[in-house]
Amino acid sequence: MPVLEVSDLHAGYGRSDVLHGLSFSVEDGGITTVLGANGAGKTTLLRALCGLLPVRGSIVLAGTQIAGRPTEAIVRLGVAHVPDGRGTFLNLSTEENLRVGAITRRDRAEVARDFERIYAYFPRLKERRHQQAGTLSGGEQQMLAISRALMLRPRLLLLDEPSFGLAPLVVQDIFRIMRTINAEQKVSMLLVEQNASLALDLANTAYLLETGRVVMSGPAQELRRADNVRQAYLGY
Amino acid sequence: MEAFLHQVLAGLANGAVYASLALALVMIYQSTHHINFAQGEMAMFSTYLAWAMINAGVPYWLAFVSTVLASFVIGVVIERAVIRRVANAPVLTVVVVFIALLVIFNSVAGWIFSYTIKVFPSPFPSQPLFGPYISTHEAGVVGISVLVLTLLYLFFRFTPLGLAMRATAENPVSARLAGIRVGWMLALGWGLAAAIGAVAGMMIASIVYLDPNMLSGVLLYAIAAALLGGIDNPFGAVVGGLAIGVLENLMGAYVVGTELKLTVALAVIIGVLIFRPTGLFGRAFVTRV
Ligand SMILES: Nc1ncnc2c1ncn2[C@@H]1O[C@H](COP(=O)(O)OP(=O)(O)O)[C@@H](O)[C@H]1O
Ligand SMILES: [Mg+2]
Repeated sequence: MPVLEVSDLHAGYGRSDVLHGLSFSVEDGGITTVLGANGAGKTTLLRALCGLLPVRGSIVLAGTQIAGRPTEAIVRLGVAHVPDGRGTFLNLSTEENLRVGAITRRDRAEVARDFERIYAYFPRLKERRHQQAGTLSGGEQQMLAISRALMLRPRLLLLDEPSFGLAPLVVQDIFRIMRTINAEQKVSMLLVEQNASLALDLANTAYLLETGRVVMSGPAQELRRADNVRQAYLGY
Repeated sequence: MEAFLHQVLAGLANGAVYASLALALVMIYQSTHHINFAQGEMAMFSTYLAWAMINAGVPYWLAFVSTVLASFVIGVVIERAVIRRVANAPVLTVVVVFIALLVIFNSVAGWIFSYTIKVFPSPFPSQPLFGPYISTHEAGVVGISVLVLTLLYLFFRFTPLGLAMRATAENPVSARLAGIRVGWMLALGWGLAAAIGAVAGMMIASIVYLDPNMLSGVLLYAIAAALLGGIDNPFGAVVGGLAIGVLENLMGAYVVGTELKLTVALAVIIGVLIFRPTGLFGRAFVTRV
């Protein structure tokens, strides 16, 4: 059973739609990616899924209809969003950022354990835990954004271009850890990316988004071999 | 020398009140990016509530606590009923709403309690307990302000609710994505600001007298204090408040005379805006991508 099932989703800004009837699903425990060029509607899609934009259509999270619900409620059902631009609280310390991520949780002992888990995945964050988050490097801030989202103990993690603006080595590091987290924590992921090569390596299932419509979908390995994906998104 | 010391200490008492009100301004500024011009009149109105209770025979400290709680509720209601609706409106609309609130509180206070000047009691004894340079009331004002500021600091620094409010003030969208009920956090901020203002109002009312215009001048000092310290910096607001209090008293006593004291505040406001818009402690936002 998929953890997320979206059908005929319309969303946009003001009166004009950016998403024109999207349907797709995210399998439980897997990594699904939505690829698309700049302006295809990837960020809009993630914002629509967590109630930051008004939507039409159906969004079912583990059997619960969440379309039209307020963001706070959707988050409390277990959807964590690593937003475009990372959404770091720059004036708070690294540790406070993580505490904000866990702020809806009441299981204190488990929260403490999650701090240790996160610090084990990202030792750099532990070193900098008392530092103001605004002083972290771009890569560290991306790690912090992912960690903040994980502190929610989400069942679904939405990731908006985590590779954006980072050096290739840093990106490789982060993607490797994301794969580990997916395997160890059993958290399902929906990754939207412009960087198709990276995303297709990580994901099991992929969708291709063009101007607000799904134009292709299938197992990630199949999309990687498709001619149009190769030429337009992989560049060979 | 003794007179000088007295002026400094009396300035600190006033400054503690400016600091509290400046802190209330900073709290609202952090979440709305506007200066609440009605903050002073809200505090004045709260002080009248206390006066009415005390006049009706309620013991001072019970009236004090009831006023703080009532002001908190008034602040929350104002945010939920009015401010929320103009959250995305153009700057000028918000300014007009703040000024409307100012006028409404002022005229309602005048209408209910009349514009005649009233004496507001001090909870502190009149004999000097802290030496010849500072009255017990002035020392009490400093003490109460320090207590309020300390409690606030502990609240924001060490409680989950305080953390949620700081997160909301800095980045409401990210806060919402962490599951924080952002609307309530903003309302709570207004409640807290109104409660702090109420304490400031009750403290200053027994130094000056109680009348509907008692805090319009004080608000100017508080704005000067907040700007001087850095309008987004709570710590700066407190330092700014104390500095303005002392500066005002010394300038009034030795340089310009009491008639021009308010001019000092205005000069500080203009000076800061021209020469150092971020204030003494305001952060220059350094962001890395
Ligand atoms: N805040 C906004 N207001 C109006 N239009 C927007 C806004 N954000 C994005 N858009 C438009 O929506 C379309 C999709 O944008 P976006 O979802 O950000 O694409 P992507 O994340 O795939 O690069 C673009 O045409 C963009 O101009
Ligand atoms: Mg985008």
